Amino acid sequence: MWDYSEKVMDHFLNPRNSGEIEKPDAVGEVGSMTCGDALRLTLKIDKKERIADAKFQTFGCGSAIASSSILTEMIKGLTLEEASRITNKDIAGQLDGLPPEKMHCSVMGMEALEAAINNYRGRAIEHEELEGTIVCKCFGVTDEKIERVVRENNLSTVEDVTHFCKAGGGCEECHPQITKIIQKFQAEKGVAVDTGADRERPKKLTNIQKMHLIMETIDREIRPGLNADGGDIELIDIDGDRVLVALRGSCAECVASSFTLKSGVEAKLKEFVSDALTVEEVEQ
Amino acid sequence: MKTVYVDNNATTRVDPKVLREMEPYFCDLYGNPSSMHHFGGQVAGAVKRARQQVAEIIGADPSEIVFTSCGTESDNAAIWGTLHSYPQKHHIVTTRVEHPAVLTLCNHLMKQGHSVTELPVNHEGLLDLDQLRDAITPYTAVVSIMWANNETGVIFPVEEIAEIVKEKGSVFHCDAVQAVGKIPIDMKKNKIDMLSLSGHKLHAPKGVGALYIRKGTRFTPFFIGGHQEHNRRGGTESVPSIIGLGKACELALAYMDEEKTRVKALRDRLEAGLLANIPNALLNGHQTHRLPNTSSLSFEYIEGEGILLLMSREGIAASSGSACTSGSLEPSHVLRAMGVPFTGAHGSIRFSLSRFNTDDEVDYILEKIPPIISRLRELSPFWKRRNRSAAFQ
Ligand SMILES: Cc1ncc(COP(=O)(O)O)c(C=O)c1O
Repeated sequence: MWDYSEKVMDHFLNPRNSGEIEKPDAVGEVGSMTCGDALRLTLKIDKKERIADAKFQTFGCGSAIASSSILTEMIKGLTLEEASRITNKDIAGQLDGLPPEKMHCSVMGMEALEAAINNYRGRAIEHEELEGTIVCKCFGVTDEKIERVVRENNLSTVEDVTHFCKAGGGCEECHPQITKIIQKFQAEKGVAVDTGADRERPKKLTNIQKMHLIMETIDREIRPGLNADGGDIELIDIDGDRVLVALRGSCAECVASSFTLKSGVEAKLKEFVSDALTVEEVEQ
Repeated sequence: MKTVYVDNNATTRVDPKVLREMEPYFCDLYGNPSSMHHFGGQVAGAVKRARQQVAEIIGADPSEIVFTSCGTESDNAAIWGTLHSYPQKHHIVTTRVEHPAVLTLCNHLMKQGHSVTELPVNHEGLLDLDQLRDAITPYTAVVSIMWANNETGVIFPVEEIAEIVKEKGSVFHCDAVQAVGKIPIDMKKNKIDMLSLSGHKLHAPKGVGALYIRKGTRFTPFFIGGHQEHNRRGGTESVPSIIGLGKACELALAYMDEEKTRVKALRDRLEAGLLANIPNALLNGHQTHRLPNTSSLSFEYIEGEGILLLMSREGIAASSGSACTSGSLEPSHVLRAMGVPFTGAHGSIRFSLSRFNTDDEVDYILEKIPPIISRLRELSPFWKRRNRSAAFQ
């Protein structure tokens, strides 16, 4: 049994503003039967671009219904400008929180609102949905959407991403890509990728020290793993903080080699040598 | 608030007669059955009697019964133990609709280098036995197929399956956790090599089970330790639970007729009533090849968690194959394997009855559920549009 807040239960049991506005000024539809939840939001908008009325229809679990219900209460009376600033965090917050596995319900609310606003402003709904390229094939989630939930909610694990937007919750094939998106975001933030960051490491390295440490790290931390999969790695050059390597054996042909490079090799070198390092593959 | 419990495939009420049988073995007769004194010896005698009672309900010899801690352990011990007994064989055959106790283990074994064939089922949840025959190779160490499905109650023809497996020279393990106590089983009349059962599904306490191992079957113990259970499962016996399991089996045997008459009649009335009074409600699984107590119904265009929450407010306890209730994002693997469309898979509810259910309870459920379904459908964007294009699906 989920640990729902009283607020969630109240909105599930006594949904506010359920139904459909006749001749709405804006409609926002997100989700699908296949995904297991869907929300249709209809809005009445007055001449001053204020939301005069809002109604919802939801297919989904208790928290999906509660998120939709509270959303309609939150947006009534707001201008579209004000409403467009509502995030999934606001929705979850108004409900006194949602279980982590249910955060995607609040994201669905935010997206339906966006879709409705775009619809009012004459932008196609499809346009919004299909921005970016599909990363999670099971749930049809694009890289843009994943980046957005990661950024807005400061997510750091694949599991979090799944809870917020479902990506990665099916066959798990896209987990490496999701990891990459998280790493990119964290790198932007300047956070070390590996959480074992407090490991001891020389503070300031001379070039010679750095070269030795890189070689040592490759030998100790990286090569054994690659060898086990029938591959190998060769250090070609070090140019400032750019580490140039070549992948050999099965790694070279592997479609996942860019993944191996970034998440495996680069992560290790950042962990053991310096955060500033980047790894590039060269053909040799 | 009153509770109407129709979730007996999840777990059952301990029969008060079972509890009474167990009570002396906590504070009075607490000896270790392995001890060399009379105090322990009388406990060993009680365990022996429980072993006979368990053997009897499945028509086995008491020496073929190994007590375990649960159905999951029995399944793990059977599959893992057989693989270890046949190290030159690396292949496992199972089905897509097994309980996670089997499927998750097989997935794990696959990562360790074993190969696994998961047989599909048709839209009624039934297997194609020709496909089974083709799947078994000389490298197949073990075939693990359940007797009855926990979600739909669909019964597989495991006796026929055993013939095929033996003909092909492999070992057959059957997860009968949902079948024992609900339908007659006689190991003398079939060729099943190993069979799992679990106490809490038949009014014994949680945390006790048994694995039947046919005489002459190669077996490597999964729990390695003392010489208990004839060296087939180390660990001091969970005596009170074992006594409870024995008593529960004795009672289940006595109530077997009631199961297929009164319990089945309650189930049938509940099912027919719901299907007749609720539009767009579908039965999942084969109509007749089915346990007498189980009914899995899909209420289209709504989601199971909402149904369960509203049912729970009326005191009705059942379960759902919907994604949201499990914490995963995909609806039940069993319903998906059967090709139940998403319109229904998300809104499935399993009712599973027992001999403790009454006619009044069925009336109560029949009164309470239809308004719950309509209420959620009123909220669903799909309900009004169900006859229009499928574009939004
Ligand atoms: C078919 C089946 N197999 C195995 C199990 C696992 O049994 P236990 O809960 O005793 O581990 C269950 C119970 O949920 C079941 O229904």
